[in-house]
Amino acid sequence: MEHIVIIGNGIAGITAARHIRKLSDPPAGETGKKITIISAEADYFFSRTALLYVYMGHMRWRDIEPYEPWFWEKNRLELKKAYVETVDTENKTLHFKEGGSITYDKLIIATGSTTSYYDWEGQNLKGVQGLVSKQDLENLEKNAPNNKECPRAVIIGGGLIGVEMAEMLRTRNIEVTMLIREDAFWTNTLPNGEAEMLSRHIKSHGVDLRHNSELDKILSDDSGNVRAVLTKSGEEIPCCVVGITTGVKPNISFLKNSKIETDRGVLVNRKLETNVADVYAIGDCAQQHEPIGNRPPIEAVWYTGRMMGEALAQTICGKPFEYNPGNWFNSAKFFDIEYQTYGWVFSEERRKDYEAQFHWKCNSDLRCVTISYHKISNEFLGINTFGIRMKQEVFDTWLNEKRSVDYVIENLKQANFDPEFFKNYEREILKEYKNKFKIEM
Amino acid sequence: MSTVQRNMSLTGEPLKAINPQQKIASAIGLVGLAILFLAFFNLNFPNKALWLSVSLGMVAAGIVWFSVAAYANKHEGIKNDGVYFKSLTSRGFWAWVLGITLTLFYVVLYWFPQYLGLGQDGANNGLVSLFDPLSKLLNGGPASQWFVYGTLYTLAILAFGIKFILKYRHNKYEKLRTYSVMFFQLGFAFLIPELMARLNSDTFSLPYYDLKNIWPLNYYNFEQYRIDSFISAGDIGLELLIFGVASIFIITPILTYKYGKRWYCSWVCGCGGLAETAGDPFRHLSDKRQVAWKVERWVIHSVLVFVVLMTTAVVYSYLGDDSSKYWLTKNTFLISVAVFLTLIFAGTWIFKREELKKDARLGAIGYFIIIISLIGLHYFSGKTLFLFEAETLRKSYGFLIGSIFSGVIGVGFYPIFGNRVWCRFGCPMAAVLGFQQRLFSRFRITTNGGQCISCGNCSTYCEMGIDVRAYAQKGENIVRSSCVGCGVCSAVCPRGVLKLENGPLEKRINSNKILLGNDVDLMNYVNN
Repeated sequence: MEHIVIIGNGIAGITAARHIRKLSDPPAGETGKKITIISAEADYFFSRTALLYVYMGHMRWRDIEPYEPWFWEKNRLELKKAYVETVDTENKTLHFKEGGSITYDKLIIATGSTTSYYDWEGQNLKGVQGLVSKQDLENLEKNAPNNKECPRAVIIGGGLIGVEMAEMLRTRNIEVTMLIREDAFWTNTLPNGEAEMLSRHIKSHGVDLRHNSELDKILSDDSGNVRAVLTKSGEEIPCCVVGITTGVKPNISFLKNSKIETDRGVLVNRKLETNVADVYAIGDCAQQHEPIGNRPPIEAVWYTGRMMGEALAQTICGKPFEYNPGNWFNSAKFFDIEYQTYGWVFSEERRKDYEAQFHWKCNSDLRCVTISYHKISNEFLGINTFGIRMKQEVFDTWLNEKRSVDYVIENLKQANFDPEFFKNYEREILKEYKNKFKIEM
Repeated sequence: MSTVQRNMSLTGEPLKAINPQQKIASAIGLVGLAILFLAFFNLNFPNKALWLSVSLGMVAAGIVWFSVAAYANKHEGIKNDGVYFKSLTSRGFWAWVLGITLTLFYVVLYWFPQYLGLGQDGANNGLVSLFDPLSKLLNGGPASQWFVYGTLYTLAILAFGIKFILKYRHNKYEKLRTYSVMFFQLGFAFLIPELMARLNSDTFSLPYYDLKNIWPLNYYNFEQYRIDSFISAGDIGLELLIFGVASIFIITPILTYKYGKRWYCSWVCGCGGLAETAGDPFRHLSDKRQVAWKVERWVIHSVLVFVVLMTTAVVYSYLGDDSSKYWLTKNTFLISVAVFLTLIFAGTWIFKREELKKDARLGAIGYFIIIISLIGLHYFSGKTLFLFEAETLRKSYGFLIGSIFSGVIGVGFYPIFGNRVWCRFGCPMAAVLGFQQRLFSRFRITTNGGQCISCGNCSTYCEMGIDVRAYAQKGENIVRSSCVGCGVCSAVCPRGVLKLENGPLEKRINSNKILLGNDVDLMNYVNN
């Protein structure tokens, strides 16, 4: 029986495992596949994007596990809790830190991301942490249990994890200072109008958000705990916790001495194969040799991890499929403001020379929409929507059909996905669009 | 219960205190309650109208002020911070105190009303007598234990309804349906029946009738005393009786086809009204395990079978044999019931069999055979219909289902099992509506492509214990019998994945193996 071993029980690894099991339920007379999933982090698959809700008291740990414990046995997915220390591809064997080893016929590396540190002085002090793993969550619970033991925290960097961490700490009335290099929140990804709106929203939640500021070093007290941070402008901010949210990097240090070729991530081709036969990599830890379209070579996103798992399962089960993602999409939530994006809407610094944008913002300062389109052909390229839910299926169709920006704005109502009875803003958006371009539609 | 993992804290309890205003508000509410308690312990208040007003006023003011203090100064949005840290909402000490108190209240209410002060011939004392002035004002007579209960029930829906509206003030769907349950409770369940009672005289008498309370939830609606009363009250009575029959056989199927069972369960129903307002803080306690769903399917449909048998037996017992006196005789009635059930069974079997899981098929066949053979047995061997006397069935149903299940367990255990235990496991009306919703309705919860991140907020806050995430993460729409359409899964979803809507029947479930956003060829290859 072919033995598929998956390192990592996050969304990429688990999706691959589920689909392989579905595809390989053997016809009579054949043997199926044995599937083993190894993780050092947690007993069962959990939703990493839901870590914050455990700290905020919305859910218990078991509530963020999408499958009940019986699911694994029923689907014959063997779970092993261990840390893979070395990968011996010659003998197709993995060696565990705890001792022991396991052999595989096919190996899938799906070890995800880890916090990216930038060699700051003091980054190893107690109280300095990221927020990626289950252990990070447990550390935060220890480091910042309440505002008596931790009156103030400083978060370094904006982005999705930074704002989540700020939201978490604010639910326990811990003062939060957020240092970001740019002059508005997440401007390396979002157009300025949106970034500025989010900056105001984050501040309205009592976060001391400081633009254009950078960390110089982290200061220690006598017993090796964080005492304060020093900014590059020389200000000392006392705090008990320093959240490092300046980005993540592939979690692949265990491959150092293996024959598997790596760069920042595990290098893979479009079939998600590494340079070594029968070894694959998917999810946050995989790095494409050549970027796909406008996508970065390493995509650290829930959805892409899942899609790689879906594609690789086909290949493993004898129907070779390339990882060939469709239209880009993503989502997030910043305190109370939901965000969805379909297609490509670039920030100022990454804007393509052919890209033009139409931006609408609601008077409430809680909703805005940015639509990007081709300057010359008027083709609709993508949409960012904040505070208004929209349908993926509709935008997926419009992007495939290469609709014009006029068409999209005129038919925006079709894409609305807000709950029933919610106020609609499509007419307001259309009116502003017409005013801006003085056109009759 | 010791397995409940309250939080991950190792070094200290996270902050969960209520603010000073909330403390004052709680104190006011508790003083209002204390007045009721003093009355319960037979303290005789001199000016009952005044003290009752003070008491109910303080309870209402306390709840409303508490809610304003809790939510008004916060941003609009989801308010679930600390739900699993608070003792009251995470099966801690205060949850048990509240649960036991409520349970004891129901026990006294149902079986020992004399302790509440219910006296003979209107000479009440204690708690019930405190409500006499309000009762006289509305229906002209002294209060009963049911009047006390109805008043407190309505007060709870109104005051906690305001709390719910403040909590979800960013969500118009939630606000509208809460206004709706508050309106139906105050008007239809409380004021109209009380005022109708005023019209009753020696020559004219209508039964106490909450018009929105439909059989089989209102399991006693077709009992003999009520039918006699309807018929003797002339045209109005007859219209009410016809309305009662039409409610379940005509109005309910039409509205459920168009909107799903939510039109009733979370917009109109009183049980749902209390669950959605006073019970809202406990919604996450419902059991999400698959085994709970299996139990639910058997229990709720068994209750439905029970109420059908019981009602058939009761109606059968008081109908006559002579068709020249009245067209509806014992025989006509029983044959109609048998034909009706056969049609439902055959129709479902022929058109919808593919949508029934194995246990549903077994259950449907099993119960159908049992009912039809019991009716046959009665005809051919003369055995008592359904083997038990109608009165025995009626009493057992009233005791087991009407009192213990819907009251004691349904509400008393809010803080332990969640707020919709009755609606999920017990309510025969929910079973009827759910059957229609699952097989003959436009309602579904639509999943937005591949946007689900499996976070679990939807499942956690589903009061009906539906594992919403299990569908959403497959890109599948949610079409479930038990969904009451409260809309909270959609509200708490951080990524805008879920939407309650009424749409076409085609592609209502729309199951996908590979989700939207991936390779088009792969999606076509696997999904079709």
